[in-house]
Amino acid sequence: MCSWARRGAVPLLLIWAWLDVAPANAADPGFFGYGTKPTPEQIAGWDIDARADGSGLPDGKGTVAQGEEIYAQQCAACHGTFGEGEGRYPKLTGGEGTLTGDRPEPTVGSYWPFAPTLWDYINRAMPFQAPRSLSVTDVYALTAYVLNLNNIVPNDFVADRDSLPKVKMPNRDRFIWQDPRPDTVAETCMKDCKHPEDVKVISSAERKDLTPRTTGPLDEMRPQ
Amino acid sequence: MFPGFRRGSAWVQGPAGADDNGRRSFLKLGAAAAGSVLAGAGAKAAEPGAPPADAPWSLSLGAGVVDRPYGQPSKFERDVIRRNVPWLTGSRESSVSFSPIQNLTGIITPNGLFFERYHAGRPEVDPHQHRLLIHGLVERPLLLSMNDIVRFPAVSRIHFIECPANGGMEWRAAQLNSLQFTHGMIGCAEWTGVKLSTLLDEVGLKKEAKWVMVEGADGAHMNRSLPLDKCLDDCLVVYAQNGEALRPDQGYPLRLVVPGWEGNVSVKWLRRVKVGDKPWFSREETSKYTDLMPDGTSRGFTWVIDAKSVITFPCPEKPVPGPGLHEIRGLAWSGNGRIKRVDVSFDGGMNWHAAELKEPILPKALTRFTIPWRWEGQPTLLESRAIDETGYVQPTIAQLRTVRGSNSIYHNNAIQTWQVKPDGSIYDVQLG
Repeated sequence: MCSWARRGAVPLLLIWAWLDVAPANAADPGFFGYGTKPTPEQIAGWDIDARADGSGLPDGKGTVAQGEEIYAQQCAACHGTFGEGEGRYPKLTGGEGTLTGDRPEPTVGSYWPFAPTLWDYINRAMPFQAPRSLSVTDVYALTAYVLNLNNIVPNDFVADRDSLPKVKMPNRDRFIWQDPRPDTVAETCMKDCKHPEDVKVISSAERKDLTPRTTGPLDEMRPQ
Repeated sequence: MFPGFRRGSAWVQGPAGADDNGRRSFLKLGAAAAGSVLAGAGAKAAEPGAPPADAPWSLSLGAGVVDRPYGQPSKFERDVIRRNVPWLTGSRESSVSFSPIQNLTGIITPNGLFFERYHAGRPEVDPHQHRLLIHGLVERPLLLSMNDIVRFPAVSRIHFIECPANGGMEWRAAQLNSLQFTHGMIGCAEWTGVKLSTLLDEVGLKKEAKWVMVEGADGAHMNRSLPLDKCLDDCLVVYAQNGEALRPDQGYPLRLVVPGWEGNVSVKWLRRVKVGDKPWFSREETSKYTDLMPDGTSRGFTWVIDAKSVITFPCPEKPVPGPGLHEIRGLAWSGNGRIKRVDVSFDGGMNWHAAELKEPILPKALTRFTIPWRWEGQPTLLESRAIDETGYVQPTIAQLRTVRGSNSIYHNNAIQTWQVKPDGSIYDVQLG
C-alpha cells in the first residue's frame, strides 16, 4: 500500500481499501492515476526481451550460411574471423576445458548456459557501434552461426523460436542459481590469533608495473 | 591535508594510549607534533602565502559570484579525479572508472567522482522524451514520463553502490598498488526518487508475478532479472543523487537503485520494468556476473555485497608522513544491513583492536571508522575487518580462495593488507 494512503486522510484510506478488495479491472486507473496507458504498438516497440526458455523469441528464422556472411561484415572486426576475439574484445569460441585451469576462457561455447540468451543479447546490444540495427532474420542467422562456430549445432541448423530453446549448451548444467553465501566462517579472535611465523607476505604489488598513476593526467599505460 | 587530531575517547582508550599514561603521553605527543608543525612553518617562512606574510589572495579582489555558475573544485585538487586502467578493457565505452576514495572524507561520494560503469557508453538521454514502461504480469500497463514520475511520493535514502568486480584484479595476487584501483568501484550517495513498490502497486501485480526484469535505455539495453520480493522491499527508482538530478554517468534522467546488491542490477537510464513469473537469464546474469568456482561450476544470482572494509589512510597514495601519532581512517559497508564493528590490526592479523565507528551508521551505506596509531617506523601490516549486524565477519583472501579459488572475478570482499615500509610508503600485499 502506498505511503500517501497510510498517511493520508481517512476517506482516501477507505477508497484505497475498497479498490484493494475490488476485482482487478485493467480499465481502472491506479491509485495516483499518473501517466498513460501504453498502446500495443508502444509496448511492442520496446518489448524486445527473450528469456532463456525461449519466450519472447519472435517469428522468423536464420541459417548458419546466412550468418556467416553477416558475421564477416558486422562482427569479425572485434570478435575475430573465427570468434577468437581481437585485442580485449570478447572471445566467442574456444575455451573448452579451461574453466578449471589457471586462465579460464569463458566463451559462448565453453560457458554460456542458454542459447536464447545469445539471440537476446545480439538483438539488444550488437553490433557494438549500432545496436538494434539488425533484422530479426539477421539475429537468428548470427545466433545460428556463432553456435555453429562453437560446434554446438550442425551446418544445416536453422535458428528459430522453437529450435533455440532446444539447443543443449555444453555448460548448461554447471550453474548453481542459489547463492550459497555466506561461504566463509571467520572468527573474531582479538589476541594472539596467529603465530608470528604464519604472518607471511606471499604477494606484493610492489614493482609490478600494472598500476596507472593516480596523480597528474590520466594514464595511457598499456603493459603487455 | 589532514584535519587536526581530536581528543576523542578512542584516543584515550585505543592502543596508542592504552596505559594509564595514555592520555598524558598523547597530549605530550600532540604538543610535540604541534611544535614540529610550527617549526616547519617557520622554516618555510619565505612562502608568500604563509605567515608572517599576507598572502597574495588576501591582498586582491577575488572572482565574483556566478564566475562559475556551476561550482568546480579548487585547481589545487585537479589530481582528484576518476581514473581508469587502460589495459583492462577493449574500449572506454564498455569499461569502468575508479573513484579516488583515497582523497574522500565522510560517507558521501561527490557526484563528479562517483565511479562509472558503462556497457555501451554514456548516452545523452533527453528527459522530455524519456519514458518508463511498466508492463508484463500487471493489471494496468503504464507509460510514465519524467513529469509523471516526480509526482509520486518522493523518498530519499543513503546507500552505497559497489561493482561486484571491485577488487577483481586482486583475486590471483596483489597487483595494483593503489587504493583507487583496488577499491574505487564504490560510491555512496543520497538517492531520491519513488519506491519501486509504489509503482508496482500502481500497476497492480498479477498473481503469477514472481520476477521483474529491468532494462536501460543505453545502447546495451542493459537488463537484469530481480526477484519480486526485493523489488517490493527497498528498491528505488531515482532521479536525483545528492540533491541534484542524476548525472548522465549515473543514469540521467532515471535509474534503479537496488540497495546492498551488486551495482550491475541498479540499472541506469531505466526505461522498462517488465513483470514475469521466471528469471530471464540475460547475458549480464549468465555470461557475466556469475562466479566461476575451482571445480568449474559457476554461481549465478549472487547479488548481495557481503561485508567489506578498507583502510583509506594510510594507503599507497597516502603514505605515512612521518613518525608519531596518526588517525587511521577507513570505510566499511555491508549489503546485509548495518556495520556493527570494525577491527584494525597493526601486525597482519595477529592482534586486533576495535575501531571507533562514526555516525551515521546506516544500513547498506558506507560507514566511517577510525583508530589512533602511533608509528615510529616499525614494520607494520595494517588490516581492517568488518562485522555486520548479521554477525558476518569479513574474511581473509586466503579464506576466500580456499572456498572459491581465484577465478571468480566478482565478490572479492577480502581483508586488505597494507604493508608499511620504514620510510612510511605503503604497499598492497597479500598474506599467506
